[in-house]
Amino acid sequence: MSGIPHDHYEPSSNAEKWLEKRLPILGLAHATLTIPTPKNLNWMWIWGIVLTFCLVMQIVTGIVLVMHYTPDTSLAFASIEHIMRNVNGGWAIRYVHMNGASLFFIAVYLHIFRGLYYGSYKPPREITWIIGMLIYLLMMATAFMGYVLPWGQMSFWGATVITGLFGAIPVVGADLQTWLLGGPSVENATLTRFFSLHYLLPFVILGLVVLHIWAFHTTGNNNPTGVEVRRTSKAEAQADTLPFWPYFVMKDLFALVFILVIFAAIVGFMPNFLGHPDNYIEANPLVTPAHIVPEWYFLPFYAILRAITFDILFIDSKLGGVLAMFGSIAVMAFVPWLDTSRVRSGRYRPQFKFWFWGLVVTFFLLMWCGGMPAEQPFVIISQLATLYWFGFFLVVLPVLGVIETPTQPPATIQEDFEAHYDPNTGGTRTLPTPAE
Amino acid sequence: MTSKLILAAAAALGLGFAPGLGAGPARAAGGAGHVTDFAFSFEGPFGAFDQAQLQRGLQVYTEVCAACHGLKYVAFRTLSDPGGPALSEEQMRLFAARWEVMDPETGEFRTATPPDHFPASALENAPDLSLMAKARAGFHGPAGLGINQLLRGMGGPEYIASFLVGFTGEEREEAGVLLYENAAYGGYVAMNPVIYGDDVVYEDGTPATPEQIAQDVAAFLMWTAEPKMMARKHSGLTAVLFLIGLTVLLYFTNKKIWAPVKGGGKAA
Repeated sequence: MSGIPHDHYEPSSNAEKWLEKRLPILGLAHATLTIPTPKNLNWMWIWGIVLTFCLVMQIVTGIVLVMHYTPDTSLAFASIEHIMRNVNGGWAIRYVHMNGASLFFIAVYLHIFRGLYYGSYKPPREITWIIGMLIYLLMMATAFMGYVLPWGQMSFWGATVITGLFGAIPVVGADLQTWLLGGPSVENATLTRFFSLHYLLPFVILGLVVLHIWAFHTTGNNNPTGVEVRRTSKAEAQADTLPFWPYFVMKDLFALVFILVIFAAIVGFMPNFLGHPDNYIEANPLVTPAHIVPEWYFLPFYAILRAITFDILFIDSKLGGVLAMFGSIAVMAFVPWLDTSRVRSGRYRPQFKFWFWGLVVTFFLLMWCGGMPAEQPFVIISQLATLYWFGFFLVVLPVLGVIETPTQPPATIQEDFEAHYDPNTGGTRTLPTPAE
Repeated sequence: MTSKLILAAAAALGLGFAPGLGAGPARAAGGAGHVTDFAFSFEGPFGAFDQAQLQRGLQVYTEVCAACHGLKYVAFRTLSDPGGPALSEEQMRLFAARWEVMDPETGEFRTATPPDHFPASALENAPDLSLMAKARAGFHGPAGLGINQLLRGMGGPEYIASFLVGFTGEEREEAGVLLYENAAYGGYVAMNPVIYGDDVVYEDGTPATPEQIAQDVAAFLMWTAEPKMMARKHSGLTAVLFLIGLTVLLYFTNKKIWAPVKGGGKAA
């Protein structure tokens, strides 16, 4: 698929030839597994596999949960307890699904920051990046609606707060909110539509994941140097790459299983650590919890929402907060055009590195403030962090490309790889001999 | 304690990326009060319910708490499940027969049978206790980082036990309702003190001190909230050990596959 020169699938047996003429599925599988992959990929390139695994795990556990769950406000909470107490292994499936969402988001954040650091969004991978951002957006919508389904206190009040945001939109806001909820407030109609969409969206995500993979299989993977694989000859391409199978399949599997050790420990020994105790209290529209806090993976953006405590011209603070929150995610989709640097990888951009790690710190600060009460000093920290977040994308990225002097990236991926692994000690031959 | 540290280290390793993870639960209900870190037998990855303690807790619930509070998600039959109070089949049947429940089909009260659930709260304002041990967090912070919950657990049963012995004796009337100060809650609550010591007579001869009673019923309520905890920890341990084994195998497989490409090792 990729434009990198490599051997293509040749059906050998008659059966293969017969099938390949009618449906080239073996060729597709071959192309996917043998795709030339930059040999210098580091351990930050394993999150794609982790994410794919998470998606499948969430779909499989989710489908089983649906067999026992009842989407009705009078029965939902009790049906979760039925799953936890009476369904064989139900507690395991439910805890895996619940904590699986957290693993999914840990992986997606690491994946996104990996992409930002190594410039994976830059041409020719803009489409891959934008599809990725769409996937992330759908993941947030899916996770949010899924959190409403147990019909606990935090489910109910979280849904009330978040859908209330749409009410801040001028003119159509109130009608839009009613339309989303299926009524004037969060009620049975809300639960049933969230249930329906929570089932649907993962399959939309699955479709987008296929496009995401298709897109980067067309352009080829980025790599830590940001230097493209040489495509002028097969020999040069082979010096820069290794086939996906078995090299990267085994590497990714090792990383995945290592991460699953920690995941199994959390599910087995502390499955409620990442959740909120209030969600073990059935939803009660008459009792508001002391603090309404979203799940941890929404906290950075929740902090941005609450950071806008002032009116900006004709925009009141509530609408301002909503715009800032959605804007903070939307701005990431535009980085392919906001980043003006001609050097792709942050590894060779000394000033970019500084600002990038500032962004990571900002992300954690926002996450922390999002979980704290809306009072000082958290408001001012949130405001400064929000400023940095937008500043990074809208000012730093465009300006750095002009004023920064990057260091020299290696000429080829092969050069980078051999700087780490000496070919003279029995390592790879730089170019295959003609006999091969 | 050691096992807790190992767990904490493992979790910290995995969650190192996100120190704010516990931020959500860190500010659960209450928070201002003082919660004692009672040592429960079921803490940590290897901790297990103390069957005798669960049976004592069941007795406390039956003789004290049940006057007001329900356990509507708990079926009598589960009292004889392994990993819980594990009453014998006979004991469980006799126990169920002591209760009157409303038949969901006829709407009339009758003697309970094993498949029936404990009744709901008798007092309208008294919350159901089935999930109370998971619906409260006794430990918080520091600074909203959730580290205490990582090291000491969520603190639900600790909160319940601290609450039961946390009444200071101060009272005050608000809108015609008498409120009682509670140190664990960190303010005044509608529930009056119920545990004074010797409120029950334990069959196994355990002295019925207030702390003992409070811890016994808190342990029992942890079981009602998480009846499959023993199965969970057992499966969790099996999964962790299995996956560690698989990780080691995959590590060497991966190393061997890459060896010809990477050569003798890293360049100087």
